[in-house]
Amino acid sequence: MNDFENLSISSAIEGLANKNFTSLELTEFFIKKIEKNKDLNCFITSTFDKAIEMAKISDQKIKENEARPLEGIPIGMKDLFCTNGVRTTAGSKILENFVPFYESTVSNNLWNSGAIMLGKTNMDEFAMGSANTTSFFGNVKNPLGSKVNKELVPGGSSGGSASAVSSGLCLGSTGSDTGGSIRQPASFCGLVGLKPTYGRCSRFGMIAFASSLDQAGPITKTVEDSALMLQAMVSFDKRDSTSSRQSIPDFSDFKKLSIKGKRIGIPKEYMIDGLNSDIKKIWDSGISWFKSEGAEILEISLPHTKSALPTYYIIAPAEASANLARYDGIRYGFRHNADDLNDLYQKTRGFGFGKEVKRRLMIGTYVLSAGYYDAYYLKALKVRKLISQDFEDSFQKCDLILTPTTPNVAFAIGEKQTNPIEMYLNDVLTVPASLAGLPAISVPSGFNSEKLPIGLQLIGKPFDEISVLAAGAVIEESRGF
Amino acid sequence: MSIDNSTVKKVAKLARIEINEEEETTLIIELNNILGWVDELKQVNTDSVEPMLSVFNESMQMREDKAESNFDNNQILDNSPESNSGFFVVPKVVE
Repeated sequence: MNDFENLSISSAIEGLANKNFTSLELTEFFIKKIEKNKDLNCFITSTFDKAIEMAKISDQKIKENEARPLEGIPIGMKDLFCTNGVRTTAGSKILENFVPFYESTVSNNLWNSGAIMLGKTNMDEFAMGSANTTSFFGNVKNPLGSKVNKELVPGGSSGGSASAVSSGLCLGSTGSDTGGSIRQPASFCGLVGLKPTYGRCSRFGMIAFASSLDQAGPITKTVEDSALMLQAMVSFDKRDSTSSRQSIPDFSDFKKLSIKGKRIGIPKEYMIDGLNSDIKKIWDSGISWFKSEGAEILEISLPHTKSALPTYYIIAPAEASANLARYDGIRYGFRHNADDLNDLYQKTRGFGFGKEVKRRLMIGTYVLSAGYYDAYYLKALKVRKLISQDFEDSFQKCDLILTPTTPNVAFAIGEKQTNPIEMYLNDVLTVPASLAGLPAISVPSGFNSEKLPIGLQLIGKPFDEISVLAAGAVIEESRGF
Repeated sequence: MSIDNSTVKKVAKLARIEINEEEETTLIIELNNILGWVDELKQVNTDSVEPMLSVFNESMQMREDKAESNFDNNQILDNSPESNSGFFVVPKVVE
Protein backbone atom coordinates (compact mmCIF):
# COMPACT_ATOMS: atom_id res chain seq x y z
CA MET A 1 0.00 0.00 0.00
CA ASN A 2 1.12 3.52 -0.78
CA ASP A 3 2.29 5.73 2.05
CA PHE A 4 -0.09 8.62 1.95
CA GLU A 5 0.74 10.35 5.21
CA ASN A 6 2.85 13.11 3.69
CA LEU A 7 0.50 13.67 0.79
CA SER A 8 -0.98 17.13 0.27
CA ILE A 9 -4.53 17.64 -0.91
CA SER A 10 -3.34 19.04 -4.24
CA SER A 11 -1.08 16.05 -4.90
CA ALA A 12 -3.85 13.66 -3.82
CA ILE A 13 -6.23 15.29 -6.33
CA GLU A 14 -3.59 14.75 -9.01
CA GLY A 15 -2.94 11.16 -7.96
CA LEU A 16 -6.65 10.37 -8.02
CA ALA A 17 -7.09 12.02 -11.43
CA ASN A 18 -4.12 10.08 -12.83
CA LYS A 19 -5.57 6.85 -11.37
CA ASN A 20 -2.38 6.27 -9.33
CA PHE A 21 -4.64 5.26 -6.45
CA THR A 22 -8.31 5.30 -5.59
CA SER A 23 -10.20 7.24 -2.98
CA LEU A 24 -11.07 3.94 -1.32
CA GLU A 25 -7.35 3.14 -0.96
CA LEU A 26 -6.71 6.59 0.48
CA THR A 27 -9.63 6.33 2.86
CA GLU A 28 -8.70 2.85 4.08
CA PHE A 29 -5.13 4.01 4.67
CA PHE A 30 -6.30 6.85 6.90
CA ILE A 31 -8.81 4.66 8.76
CA LYS A 32 -5.97 2.27 9.68
CA LYS A 33 -3.74 5.15 10.64
CA ILE A 34 -6.42 6.66 12.89
CA GLU A 35 -6.92 3.31 14.60
CA LYS A 36 -3.18 3.00 15.17
CA ASN A 37 -2.91 6.48 16.68
CA LYS A 38 -5.81 6.47 19.11
CA ASP A 39 -3.49 7.67 21.87
CA LEU A 40 -3.31 11.10 20.21
CA ASN A 41 -7.06 11.37 20.90
CA CYS A 42 -7.68 13.40 17.73
CA PHE A 43 -11.20 12.14 17.09
CA ILE A 44 -14.27 12.17 19.34
CA THR A 45 -16.38 10.18 16.88
CA SER A 46 -15.14 8.23 13.89
CA THR A 47 -17.37 7.74 10.84
CA PHE A 48 -15.50 5.00 9.00
CA ASP A 49 -18.52 3.27 7.44
CA LYS A 50 -19.72 6.56 6.08
CA ALA A 51 -16.21 7.36 4.82
CA ILE A 52 -16.01 4.07 2.87
CA GLU A 53 -19.43 4.68 1.39
CA MET A 54 -18.45 8.23 0.36
CA ALA A 55 -15.12 7.01 -1.08
CA LYS A 56 -16.90 4.49 -3.30
CA ILE A 57 -19.16 7.21 -4.67
CA SER A 58 -16.09 9.41 -5.26
CA ASP A 59 -14.27 6.66 -7.15
CA GLN A 60 -17.33 6.23 -9.34
CA LYS A 61 -17.45 9.97 -10.07
CA ILE A 62 -13.72 10.02 -10.90
CA LYS A 63 -14.23 7.05 -13.22
CA GLU A 64 -17.05 8.86 -14.99
CA ASN A 65 -14.98 12.07 -15.27
CA GLU A 66 -17.40 13.88 -13.02
CA ALA A 67 -14.98 14.66 -10.21
CA ARG A 68 -15.89 17.62 -8.02
CA PRO A 69 -13.12 19.94 -6.65
CA LEU A 70 -12.29 17.84 -3.56
CA GLU A 71 -13.47 14.51 -4.93
CA GLY A 72 -12.32 11.62 -2.78
CA ILE A 73 -10.27 13.69 -0.30
CA PRO A 74 -10.55 12.34 3.29
CA ILE A 75 -10.77 15.07 5.92
CA GLY A 76 -11.49 15.57 9.61
CA MET A 77 -14.48 17.67 10.66
CA LYS A 78 -14.19 19.67 13.87
CA ASP A 79 -16.88 18.48 16.27
CA LEU A 80 -18.31 22.00 16.33
CA PHE A 81 -19.98 21.54 12.94
CA CYS A 82 -23.37 19.84 13.09
CA THR A 83 -23.44 16.74 10.92
CA ASN A 84 -26.73 15.13 10.01
CA GLY A 85 -27.16 11.83 11.83
CA VAL A 86 -23.64 11.96 13.29
CA ARG A 87 -23.14 12.84 16.95
CA THR A 88 -21.90 16.40 17.45
CA THR A 89 -20.61 17.25 20.93
CA ALA A 90 -18.60 20.51 20.78
CA GLY A 91 -16.29 18.68 23.22
CA SER A 92 -18.89 18.96 25.99
CA LYS A 93 -20.62 16.55 28.33
CA ILE A 94 -23.76 18.61 27.87
CA LEU A 95 -23.91 17.53 24.19
CA GLU A 96 -22.44 14.06 24.74
CA ASN A 97 -25.39 12.35 23.03
CA PHE A 98 -26.57 15.08 20.68
CA VAL A 99 -27.30 13.85 17.15
CA PRO A 100 -28.22 16.71 14.80
CA PHE A 101 -30.87 16.16 12.16
CA TYR A 102 -29.42 18.87 9.92
CA GLU A 103 -26.06 19.64 8.36
CA SER A 104 -23.97 22.76 8.89
CA THR A 105 -23.52 24.80 5.71
CA VAL A 106 -19.72 24.52 5.83
CA SER A 107 -19.71 20.72 6.15
CA ASN A 108 -22.48 20.42 3.57
CA ASN A 109 -20.42 22.51 1.13
CA LEU A 110 -17.42 20.23 1.70
CA TRP A 111 -19.43 17.04 1.09
CA ASN A 112 -20.93 18.62 -2.03
CA SER A 113 -17.36 19.21 -3.21
CA GLY A 114 -16.61 15.51 -2.86
CA ALA A 115 -14.69 15.55 0.45
CA ILE A 116 -14.91 12.46 2.65
CA MET A 117 -15.60 12.54 6.38
CA LEU A 118 -13.33 10.32 8.48
CA GLY A 119 -14.74 11.58 11.75
CA LYS A 120 -15.37 14.43 14.13
CA THR A 121 -12.25 15.94 15.63
CA ASN A 122 -11.62 16.67 19.28
CA MET A 123 -11.66 20.25 20.52
CA ASP A 124 -11.71 22.41 23.63
CA GLU A 125 -15.18 22.44 25.17
CA PHE A 126 -17.31 24.88 23.15
CA ALA A 127 -14.03 26.07 21.57
CA MET A 128 -12.99 27.67 24.86
CA GLY A 129 -9.32 26.91 25.29
CA SER A 130 -5.87 27.24 23.77
CA ALA A 131 -4.40 23.83 24.57
CA ASN A 132 -7.18 21.33 23.90
CA THR A 133 -7.17 20.47 27.59
CA THR A 134 -10.76 21.53 28.31
CA SER A 135 -12.44 18.81 26.20
CA PHE A 136 -14.80 16.51 28.09
CA PHE A 137 -13.33 13.74 25.91
CA GLY A 138 -9.78 14.25 27.16
CA ASN A 139 -6.84 16.25 25.94
CA VAL A 140 -5.32 15.83 22.49
CA LYS A 141 -1.60 15.20 22.08
CA ASN A 142 0.62 17.04 19.64
CA PRO A 143 2.42 14.41 17.49
CA LEU A 144 5.53 16.60 17.45
CA GLY A 145 5.95 16.01 21.17
CA SER A 146 7.73 12.74 20.39
CA LYS A 147 10.55 14.83 18.84
CA VAL A 148 11.36 16.28 22.25
CA ASN A 149 10.21 13.36 24.42
CA LYS A 150 7.45 15.42 26.00
CA GLU A 151 3.69 15.31 25.89
CA LEU A 152 2.95 18.59 24.18
CA VAL A 153 -0.37 20.32 23.63
CA PRO A 154 -1.52 20.72 20.02
CA GLY A 155 -2.94 24.16 20.81
CA GLY A 156 -6.62 24.90 20.76
CA SER A 157 -9.39 25.03 20.34
CA SER A 158 -9.08 23.17 17.01
CA GLY A 159 -6.45 20.87 18.55
CA GLY A 160 -7.85 17.56 17.29
CA SER A 161 -8.03 18.95 13.75
CA ALA A 162 -4.45 20.20 13.86
CA SER A 163 -2.99 17.10 15.48
CA ALA A 164 -4.81 14.84 12.98
CA VAL A 165 -3.39 16.66 9.93
CA SER A 166 0.07 16.95 11.47
CA SER A 167 0.25 13.23 12.25
CA GLY A 168 -1.05 12.27 8.81
CA LEU A 169 -4.43 10.92 9.94
CA CYS A 170 -6.26 12.93 7.27
CA LEU A 171 -5.37 15.25 4.39
CA GLY A 172 -6.94 18.39 5.84
CA SER A 173 -9.45 19.42 8.45
CA THR A 174 -11.86 22.13 9.41
CA GLY A 175 -11.38 24.47 12.31
CA SER A 176 -13.17 27.42 13.79
CA ASP A 177 -11.48 30.56 15.02
CA THR A 178 -12.96 32.94 17.58
CA GLY A 179 -9.73 34.40 18.96
CA GLY A 180 -7.05 32.22 17.37
CA SER A 181 -8.44 28.69 17.46
CA ILE A 182 -7.31 27.87 13.90
CA ARG A 183 -4.06 29.84 13.70
CA GLN A 184 -2.60 28.94 17.11
CA PRO A 185 -2.96 25.12 16.82
CA ALA A 186 -1.77 25.30 13.19
CA SER A 187 1.33 27.11 14.44
CA PHE A 188 1.90 24.59 17.27
CA CYS A 189 1.57 21.62 14.89
CA GLY A 190 3.58 23.01 11.95
CA LEU A 191 0.59 23.58 9.66
CA VAL A 192 -1.16 26.23 7.62
CA GLY A 193 -4.26 27.63 9.35
CA LEU A 194 -6.50 30.20 7.71
CA LYS A 195 -9.21 32.28 9.32
CA PRO A 196 -11.08 33.98 6.51
CA THR A 197 -12.83 37.35 6.74
CA TYR A 198 -15.80 37.34 9.11
CA GLY A 199 -18.84 36.48 6.97
CA ARG A 200 -17.03 34.40 4.33
CA CYS A 201 -18.11 31.06 5.81
CA SER A 202 -21.65 30.55 6.99
CA ARG A 203 -22.14 30.01 10.72
CA PHE A 204 -25.32 28.00 10.15
CA GLY A 205 -25.02 24.70 11.99
CA MET A 206 -21.75 25.70 13.63
CA ILE A 207 -22.25 25.48 17.39
CA ALA A 208 -22.06 29.07 18.60
CA PHE A 209 -19.43 30.39 21.01
CA ALA A 210 -19.18 34.16 20.32
CA SER A 211 -21.26 34.92 17.26
CA SER A 212 -19.66 38.24 16.30
CA LEU A 213 -16.24 36.55 16.17
CA ASP A 214 -16.77 32.87 15.21
CA GLN A 215 -15.48 32.03 11.76
CA ALA A 216 -14.71 28.66 10.12
CA GLY A 217 -11.55 27.94 8.16
CA PRO A 218 -9.22 25.17 6.98
CA ILE A 219 -6.17 23.56 8.59
CA THR A 220 -3.87 22.04 5.97
CA LYS A 221 -0.25 21.16 5.18
CA THR A 222 0.23 23.72 2.40
CA VAL A 223 -1.01 27.15 1.34
CA GLU A 224 -2.33 25.68 -1.90
CA ASP A 225 -4.39 23.14 0.09
CA SER A 226 -5.69 25.98 2.23
CA ALA A 227 -6.99 27.76 -0.88
CA LEU A 228 -8.57 24.53 -2.15
CA MET A 229 -10.41 23.82 1.09
CA LEU A 230 -11.44 27.43 1.60
CA GLN A 231 -12.98 27.49 -1.87
CA ALA A 232 -15.17 24.55 -0.95
CA MET A 233 -16.17 25.96 2.46
CA VAL A 234 -17.31 29.49 1.58
CA SER A 235 -20.76 30.47 0.34
CA PHE A 236 -23.44 33.06 0.83
CA ASP A 237 -26.08 31.53 3.09
CA LYS A 238 -29.43 33.13 3.77
CA ARG A 239 -29.68 31.09 6.98
CA ASP A 240 -26.86 33.12 8.54
CA SER A 241 -27.76 36.81 8.92
CA THR A 242 -24.08 37.80 8.85
CA SER A 243 -23.15 35.71 5.82
CA SER A 244 -21.49 37.98 3.27
CA ARG A 245 -22.78 38.68 -0.24
CA GLN A 246 -19.30 39.76 -1.37
CA SER A 247 -18.34 38.01 -4.60
CA ILE A 248 -16.26 34.89 -4.08
CA PRO A 249 -13.02 34.86 -6.05
CA ASP A 250 -11.12 31.86 -7.36
CA PHE A 251 -8.75 31.58 -4.38
CA SER A 252 -6.19 29.63 -6.43
CA ASP A 253 -5.52 32.94 -8.21
CA PHE A 254 -3.14 33.63 -5.33
CA LYS A 255 -0.55 31.79 -7.46
CA LYS A 256 -0.73 34.52 -10.11
CA LEU A 257 -0.34 37.33 -7.59
CA SER A 258 3.15 38.77 -7.11
CA ILE A 259 4.18 40.22 -3.78
CA LYS A 260 6.63 42.54 -5.58
CA GLY A 261 5.81 46.13 -4.72
CA LYS A 262 3.32 45.15 -2.02
CA ARG A 263 3.67 47.03 1.23
CA ILE A 264 4.09 44.80 4.29
CA GLY A 265 3.47 46.46 7.64
CA ILE A 266 5.36 45.38 10.75
CA PRO A 267 3.43 46.49 13.83
CA LYS A 268 5.82 47.54 16.58
CA GLU A 269 3.23 46.76 19.29
CA TYR A 270 3.49 43.02 18.48
CA MET A 271 7.05 43.07 19.83
CA ILE A 272 5.57 42.15 23.21
CA ASP A 273 7.35 41.34 26.46
CA GLY A 274 7.78 37.61 26.66
CA LEU A 275 8.03 37.06 22.91
CA ASN A 276 10.24 34.00 22.54
CA SER A 277 13.66 34.92 21.10
CA ASP A 278 13.58 32.13 18.48
CA ILE A 279 10.22 33.44 17.31
CA LYS A 280 11.62 36.97 17.10
CA LYS A 281 14.45 35.64 14.92
CA ILE A 282 12.02 33.91 12.57
CA TRP A 283 9.97 37.11 12.38
CA ASP A 284 13.14 38.94 11.26
CA SER A 285 13.81 36.21 8.68
CA GLY A 286 10.24 36.65 7.42
CA ILE A 287 10.87 40.34 6.92
CA SER A 288 14.01 39.61 4.90
CA TRP A 289 12.20 37.04 2.73
CA PHE A 290 9.60 39.61 1.73
CA LYS A 291 12.33 42.19 1.05
CA SER A 292 14.05 39.73 -1.28
CA GLU A 293 10.78 39.22 -3.12
CA GLY A 294 10.61 42.96 -3.76
CA ALA A 295 8.03 43.86 -1.15
CA GLU A 296 8.30 47.15 0.68
CA ILE A 297 8.64 46.76 4.45
CA LEU A 298 7.39 49.52 6.71
CA GLU A 299 6.94 49.86 10.43
CA ILE A 300 3.36 50.54 11.41
CA SER A 301 1.58 51.22 14.67
CA LEU A 302 -1.55 49.52 15.96
CA PRO A 303 -1.73 51.54 19.18
CA HIS A 304 -4.59 49.64 20.84
CA THR A 305 -3.03 46.17 20.46
CA LYS A 306 -2.43 45.93 24.21
CA SER A 307 -6.16 46.33 24.87
CA ALA A 308 -7.24 43.59 22.46
CA LEU A 309 -6.98 40.61 24.81
CA PRO A 310 -8.89 42.20 27.75
CA THR A 311 -11.50 43.42 25.23
CA TYR A 312 -11.83 39.90 23.87
CA TYR A 313 -12.20 38.47 27.37
CA ILE A 314 -15.23 40.69 27.94
CA ILE A 315 -16.92 40.39 24.54
CA ALA A 316 -16.43 36.66 23.93
CA PRO A 317 -17.68 35.50 27.38
CA ALA A 318 -20.59 37.97 27.18
CA GLU A 319 -21.71 36.54 23.84
CA ALA A 320 -21.07 33.00 25.10
CA SER A 321 -23.25 33.55 28.17
CA ALA A 322 -26.15 34.43 25.87
CA ASN A 323 -25.44 31.67 23.31
CA LEU A 324 -25.01 28.92 25.88
CA ALA A 325 -28.24 29.81 27.67
CA ARG A 326 -29.91 27.34 25.29
CA TYR A 327 -28.40 24.36 27.16
CA ASP A 328 -31.17 23.93 29.67
CA GLY A 329 -31.54 20.15 29.83
CA ILE A 330 -34.98 20.19 28.32
CA ARG A 331 -34.90 20.11 24.53
CA TYR A 332 -31.62 18.31 23.91
CA GLY A 333 -28.43 17.31 25.60
CA PHE A 334 -27.60 16.20 29.10
CA ARG A 335 -30.20 16.56 31.87
CA HIS A 336 -29.60 16.33 35.58
CA ASN A 337 -32.90 15.43 37.16
CA ALA A 338 -34.32 17.62 39.90
CA ASP A 339 -37.59 18.28 41.66
CA ASP A 340 -38.24 21.74 40.32
CA LEU A 341 -37.47 23.46 37.07
CA ASN A 342 -34.97 25.98 38.37
CA ASP A 343 -33.03 23.27 40.15
CA LEU A 344 -33.05 21.24 36.95
CA TYR A 345 -31.49 24.14 34.99
CA GLN A 346 -28.85 24.80 37.64
CA LYS A 347 -27.86 21.17 38.17
CA THR A 348 -27.87 20.39 34.44
CA ARG A 349 -25.55 23.31 33.73
CA GLY A 350 -23.48 22.84 36.88
CA PHE A 351 -22.73 19.20 36.04
CA GLY A 352 -22.93 19.47 32.24
CA PHE A 353 -20.37 22.23 31.67
CA GLY A 354 -16.67 21.96 32.41
CA LYS A 355 -14.60 24.34 34.52
CA GLU A 356 -13.39 26.70 31.81
CA VAL A 357 -16.86 27.05 30.27
CA LYS A 358 -18.40 27.79 33.66
CA ARG A 359 -15.68 30.36 34.37
CA ARG A 360 -16.40 32.16 31.11
CA LEU A 361 -20.16 32.00 31.55
CA MET A 362 -19.71 33.58 34.97
CA ILE A 363 -17.54 36.39 33.52
CA GLY A 364 -20.00 36.91 30.67
CA THR A 365 -22.99 37.02 32.99
CA TYR A 366 -21.20 39.42 35.33
CA VAL A 367 -20.16 41.92 32.64
CA LEU A 368 -23.69 41.96 31.23
CA SER A 369 -25.41 42.28 34.60
CA ALA A 370 -27.14 45.41 35.84
CA GLY A 371 -24.64 47.97 37.12
CA TYR A 372 -21.66 46.51 35.23
CA TYR A 373 -22.89 46.53 31.63
CA ASP A 374 -21.61 50.04 30.85
CA ALA A 375 -18.35 49.71 32.73
CA TYR A 376 -17.36 46.42 31.10
CA TYR A 377 -19.38 45.35 28.09
CA LEU A 378 -20.11 48.75 26.55
CA LYS A 379 -16.56 49.86 27.26
CA ALA A 380 -15.19 46.76 25.50
CA LEU A 381 -17.39 47.40 22.45
CA LYS A 382 -15.94 50.91 22.21
CA VAL A 383 -12.37 49.68 22.51
CA ARG A 384 -13.18 47.09 19.83
CA LYS A 385 -14.03 49.99 17.54
CA LEU A 386 -10.65 51.58 18.26
CA ILE A 387 -8.82 48.31 17.55
CA SER A 388 -10.68 47.92 14.27
CA GLN A 389 -9.96 51.56 13.41
CA ASP A 390 -6.22 50.96 14.00
CA PHE A 391 -6.25 48.29 11.29
CA GLU A 392 -8.27 50.47 8.93
CA ASP A 393 -5.77 53.29 9.34
CA SER A 394 -2.82 50.96 8.83
CA PHE A 395 -4.30 49.48 5.69
CA GLN A 396 -4.20 52.97 4.17
CA LYS A 397 -0.43 52.61 4.29
CA CYS A 398 0.16 48.90 3.79
CA ASP A 399 -1.40 45.89 2.04
CA LEU A 400 -0.57 43.17 4.54
CA ILE A 401 0.63 42.87 8.12
CA LEU A 402 3.31 40.36 9.16
CA THR A 403 3.54 39.19 12.79
CA PRO A 404 4.32 36.04 14.75
CA THR A 405 1.26 33.82 15.34
CA THR A 406 2.01 33.00 18.98
CA PRO A 407 4.38 34.35 21.64
CA ASN A 408 5.70 30.83 22.31
CA VAL A 409 5.97 27.36 20.79
CA ALA A 410 3.89 24.35 21.88
CA PHE A 411 4.12 23.74 25.63
CA ALA A 412 3.74 20.63 27.75
CA ILE A 413 0.36 19.21 28.69
CA GLY A 414 -0.37 20.38 32.23
CA GLU A 415 1.47 23.70 31.90
CA LYS A 416 -0.39 27.01 32.22
CA GLN A 417 -3.25 25.36 34.10
CA THR A 418 -3.07 27.23 37.39
CA ASN A 419 -3.72 30.79 36.24
CA PRO A 420 -6.35 31.21 33.48
CA ILE A 421 -4.81 34.49 32.29
CA GLU A 422 -1.54 32.69 31.52
CA MET A 423 -3.47 30.42 29.16
CA TYR A 424 -5.35 33.36 27.64
CA LEU A 425 -2.03 35.06 26.75
CA ASN A 426 -1.50 32.41 24.05
CA ASP A 427 -3.92 34.32 21.88
CA VAL A 428 -2.48 37.80 22.40
CA LEU A 429 -1.23 38.03 18.79
CA THR A 430 -4.23 36.42 17.09
CA VAL A 431 -7.12 38.12 18.92
CA PRO A 432 -6.74 41.61 17.37
CA ALA A 433 -7.47 40.37 13.82
CA SER A 434 -10.45 38.42 15.20
CA LEU A 435 -11.93 41.51 16.81
CA ALA A 436 -11.51 43.36 13.50
CA GLY A 437 -12.93 40.42 11.48
CA LEU A 438 -9.90 40.34 9.19
CA PRO A 439 -8.53 37.40 7.18
CA ALA A 440 -5.37 35.97 8.71
CA ILE A 441 -3.19 32.95 8.04
CA SER A 442 -0.52 31.18 10.04
CA VAL A 443 2.24 29.58 7.96
CA PRO A 444 5.07 27.37 9.29
CA SER A 445 8.17 29.52 9.02
CA GLY A 446 10.93 27.91 11.05
CA PHE A 447 11.84 26.01 14.20
CA ASN A 448 13.17 26.74 17.66
CA SER A 449 16.35 25.12 18.98
CA GLU A 450 14.36 21.99 19.89
CA LYS A 451 13.01 21.75 16.32
CA LEU A 452 9.49 22.70 17.35
CA PRO A 453 7.61 24.65 14.66
CA ILE A 454 7.13 28.41 14.65
CA GLY A 455 4.39 30.07 12.61
CA LEU A 456 4.22 33.57 11.20
CA GLN A 457 0.89 35.31 10.79
CA LEU A 458 -0.21 37.43 7.84
CA ILE A 459 -3.23 39.67 8.29
CA GLY A 460 -4.99 41.12 5.26
CA LYS A 461 -7.65 43.65 4.32
CA PRO A 462 -11.28 42.51 4.56
CA PHE A 463 -12.09 39.91 1.86
CA ASP A 464 -8.52 39.94 0.54
CA GLU A 465 -7.77 36.29 1.31
CA ILE A 466 -5.94 36.06 -2.04
CA SER A 467 -3.16 38.44 -0.94
CA VAL A 468 -2.93 36.64 2.40
CA LEU A 469 -2.51 33.31 0.58
CA ALA A 470 0.00 34.79 -1.90
CA ALA A 471 2.12 36.14 0.95
CA GLY A 472 1.82 32.79 2.72
CA ALA A 473 3.20 31.13 -0.39
CA VAL A 474 6.22 33.46 -0.30
CA ILE A 475 7.02 32.14 3.19
CA GLU A 476 6.63 28.56 1.97
CA GLU A 477 9.07 29.18 -0.89
CA SER A 478 11.60 31.12 1.16
CA ARG A 479 11.84 29.22 4.46
CA GLY A 480 14.09 26.50 3.08
CA PHE A 481 12.29 23.33 4.21
CA MET B 1 -13.70 46.34 42.41
CA SER B 2 -13.80 43.07 44.24
CA ILE B 3 -15.95 40.03 43.93
CA ASP B 4 -17.02 38.35 47.14
CA ASN B 5 -18.94 35.20 47.79
CA SER B 6 -22.32 36.86 47.63
CA THR B 7 -21.52 38.28 44.18
CA VAL B 8 -20.38 34.86 42.96
CA LYS B 9 -23.58 33.31 44.31
CA LYS B 10 -25.68 35.96 42.64
CA VAL B 11 -23.92 35.64 39.26
CA ALA B 12 -24.11 31.83 39.41
CA LYS B 13 -27.82 32.14 40.03
CA LEU B 14 -28.23 34.52 37.10
CA ALA B 15 -26.27 32.11 34.89
CA ARG B 16 -28.32 29.16 36.22
CA ILE B 17 -25.19 27.24 37.18
CA GLU B 18 -25.04 25.30 40.42
CA ILE B 19 -21.63 25.64 42.06
CA ASN B 20 -20.35 23.93 45.16
CA GLU B 21 -18.39 25.60 47.94
CA GLU B 22 -15.02 24.62 46.54
CA GLU B 23 -15.90 26.03 43.13
CA GLU B 24 -17.16 29.16 44.79
CA THR B 25 -13.82 29.73 46.55
CA THR B 26 -11.83 29.21 43.34
CA LEU B 27 -14.17 31.40 41.31
CA ILE B 28 -13.83 34.29 43.76
CA ILE B 29 -10.07 34.29 43.21
CA GLU B 30 -10.22 33.71 39.45
CA LEU B 31 -12.94 36.22 38.71
CA ASN B 32 -11.17 38.87 40.77
CA ASN B 33 -7.96 38.19 38.83
CA ILE B 34 -9.61 38.26 35.44
CA LEU B 35 -11.80 41.28 36.11
CA GLY B 36 -8.84 43.08 37.70
CA TRP B 37 -6.90 42.39 34.53
CA VAL B 38 -9.60 43.59 32.11
CA ASP B 39 -9.97 46.69 34.29
CA GLU B 40 -7.00 48.17 32.43
CA LEU B 41 -9.46 49.06 29.68
CA LYS B 42 -10.69 51.87 31.91
CA GLN B 43 -7.50 53.73 31.00
CA VAL B 44 -8.40 53.78 27.30
CA ASN B 45 -10.06 57.02 26.25
CA THR B 46 -13.32 56.11 24.52
CA ASP B 47 -15.02 59.51 24.62
CA SER B 48 -17.21 59.91 21.54
CA VAL B 49 -16.35 56.38 20.29
CA GLU B 50 -19.31 54.41 18.97
CA PRO B 51 -19.62 50.87 20.38
CA MET B 52 -18.91 48.18 17.76
CA LEU B 53 -21.28 45.23 18.04
CA SER B 54 -20.16 43.54 14.86
CA VAL B 55 -17.70 44.03 12.01
CA PHE B 56 -20.41 43.01 9.57
CA ASN B 57 -21.52 46.08 7.65
CA GLU B 58 -23.66 44.71 4.84
CA SER B 59 -27.32 45.53 5.12
CA MET B 60 -29.49 42.62 6.11
CA GLN B 61 -32.03 41.56 3.53
CA MET B 62 -35.76 41.29 4.05
CA ARG B 63 -37.40 37.99 3.31
CA GLU B 64 -40.95 36.91 2.89
CA ASP B 65 -42.73 36.41 6.20
CA LYS B 66 -43.41 32.76 5.61
CA ALA B 67 -42.94 29.82 7.95
CA GLU B 68 -40.53 27.19 6.68
CA SER B 69 -39.66 23.96 8.42
CA ASN B 70 -38.06 20.83 7.14
CA PHE B 71 -38.21 19.02 10.44
CA ASP B 72 -40.91 16.93 11.98
CA ASN B 73 -41.71 16.81 15.67
CA ASN B 74 -40.31 13.35 16.22
CA GLN B 75 -36.88 14.26 14.86
CA ILE B 76 -36.76 17.13 17.31
CA LEU B 77 -38.01 15.13 20.28
CA ASP B 78 -35.52 12.33 19.62
CA ASN B 79 -32.79 14.50 21.14
CA SER B 80 -34.75 15.47 24.24
CA PRO B 81 -33.91 13.84 27.58
CA GLU B 82 -37.60 13.17 28.21
CA SER B 83 -40.68 13.49 26.04
CA ASN B 84 -44.25 12.28 26.13
CA SER B 85 -47.04 12.36 23.55
CA GLY B 86 -45.17 14.84 21.37
CA PHE B 87 -44.21 17.16 24.22
CA PHE B 88 -41.05 17.91 26.20
CA VAL B 89 -41.37 16.76 29.79
CA VAL B 90 -40.27 19.08 32.62
CA PRO B 91 -40.72 18.86 36.39
CA LYS B 92 -44.06 20.02 37.71
CA VAL B 93 -44.20 23.84 37.59
CA VAL B 94 -47.62 24.49 39.19
CA GLU B 95 -48.75 23.29 42.59
